Amino acid sequence: MSILAESMKIKVDDEESRLSKWMKNYVFREFKRRGAVIGVSGGIDSSVVLALAVRALGNKRVVALAMPEKDSSPDSLELAIQLSKKFDVELLKTDLFPALDALGCYNNLTDAIKETYSDYDPKQDKVKLVLPDNLLNKPSLNIFSLVLMRPNQSEERKILSPQAYLGIVAASNMKQRMRMLNLYYHAEKRNYAVLGTGNKNEHYQGFFVKYGDGGADLQPIRHLYKTQVYQLARYLDIPQTIIERIPTTDTYSAGSTQEEFYFRVPFELLDKIWLGMEMGMSTSKIADDLDLTAEQVKRVMDDLIQKERTTEYLRTAPLAIQD
Amino acid sequence: MPKIENEIRQFLVENFILGDEVDKMGFDESLLENGVIDSTGVLEVVFFVEDKFQIEIDTEEVLPENFDTINRLAAYIRRKQE
Repeated sequence: MSILAESMKIKVDDEESRLSKWMKNYVFREFKRRGAVIGVSGGIDSSVVLALAVRALGNKRVVALAMPEKDSSPDSLELAIQLSKKFDVELLKTDLFPALDALGCYNNLTDAIKETYSDYDPKQDKVKLVLPDNLLNKPSLNIFSLVLMRPNQSEERKILSPQAYLGIVAASNMKQRMRMLNLYYHAEKRNYAVLGTGNKNEHYQGFFVKYGDGGADLQPIRHLYKTQVYQLARYLDIPQTIIERIPTTDTYSAGSTQEEFYFRVPFELLDKIWLGMEMGMSTSKIADDLDLTAEQVKRVMDDLIQKERTTEYLRTAPLAIQD
Repeated sequence: MPKIENEIRQFLVENFILGDEVDKMGFDESLLENGVIDSTGVLEVVFFVEDKFQIEIDTEEVLPENFDTINRLAAYIRRKQE
């Protein structure tokens, strides 16, 4: 029996009850809000946060907000509808396309992409940002490439220039920031709090947008590994279609998975290696437990440490000089 | 110190090390472990090397053994120029 697989298991009923008390205390007593608004993407994280909020605050005090834009998968809205029906909560939908378009998000994105692919046609080509795949087998550094998919399904992959990379990130981050803006509009109108949906992987590895999806009043699953979020999802009876959906960024037109965009290792292994590190296990012990080589484990550990260190800026609140 | 190493060091100092950290920048110091460069930094280094030394870098070659220290990077550039 794997030590790490055992240690990764959470007591889902205790966890749900602990989170419920915590959420109720902060939303009602500390923040003096009457309920909560959650941005729903049809993904596992927002679904779990919504289900937890319904248990803690009651379905009449929870509002789900779906915010599709031009590059969102149609599945996202479909699954958000399914989720809100299942938990009997009000679902609002705001199409972000007009606002993002007016702010220049799509034009800026196109200009940045054209720095790498001068013949890029946003009407028919699709793109996604990716890191080198499979860190377990290849020790390559985290260098972002842009994948261009033509209508005939042919695929090109090029390393981005720093300017193009920063331009693409800055433009696409407008999407997450527009979502935050809308969440607070609907929350303030009702005197509600905004619940964030980031998990431990996203928060500590820096897979979020500062003042975008990172902007919220409470982050109920921030302490949970992605694989623990799945444990809670099954306990909370989240629809199977959502549980089975591969986690995506839902930001780029070609639809990249979170693994290819950022994490580079399947969550099943990534989380256990991370947990082993936190438990103080040696590299070789983790490797034995997971049937990997010590070299593979070391590579993933280095990447975890590196990403956490280089994204500290994202987690830092505005600073003031200390006396 | 040979020219390539010095040119890399100068680029790193000018672009990543602002202030009094310059003295800590040894030729065998890990740029990643010491937090000198992050993922945007890796891109900047790749583009600097391609432009300055007129070589083409493949994603598969962006490995710690080629990019983690000034000396390793210089050795990699020399191999590519051969």
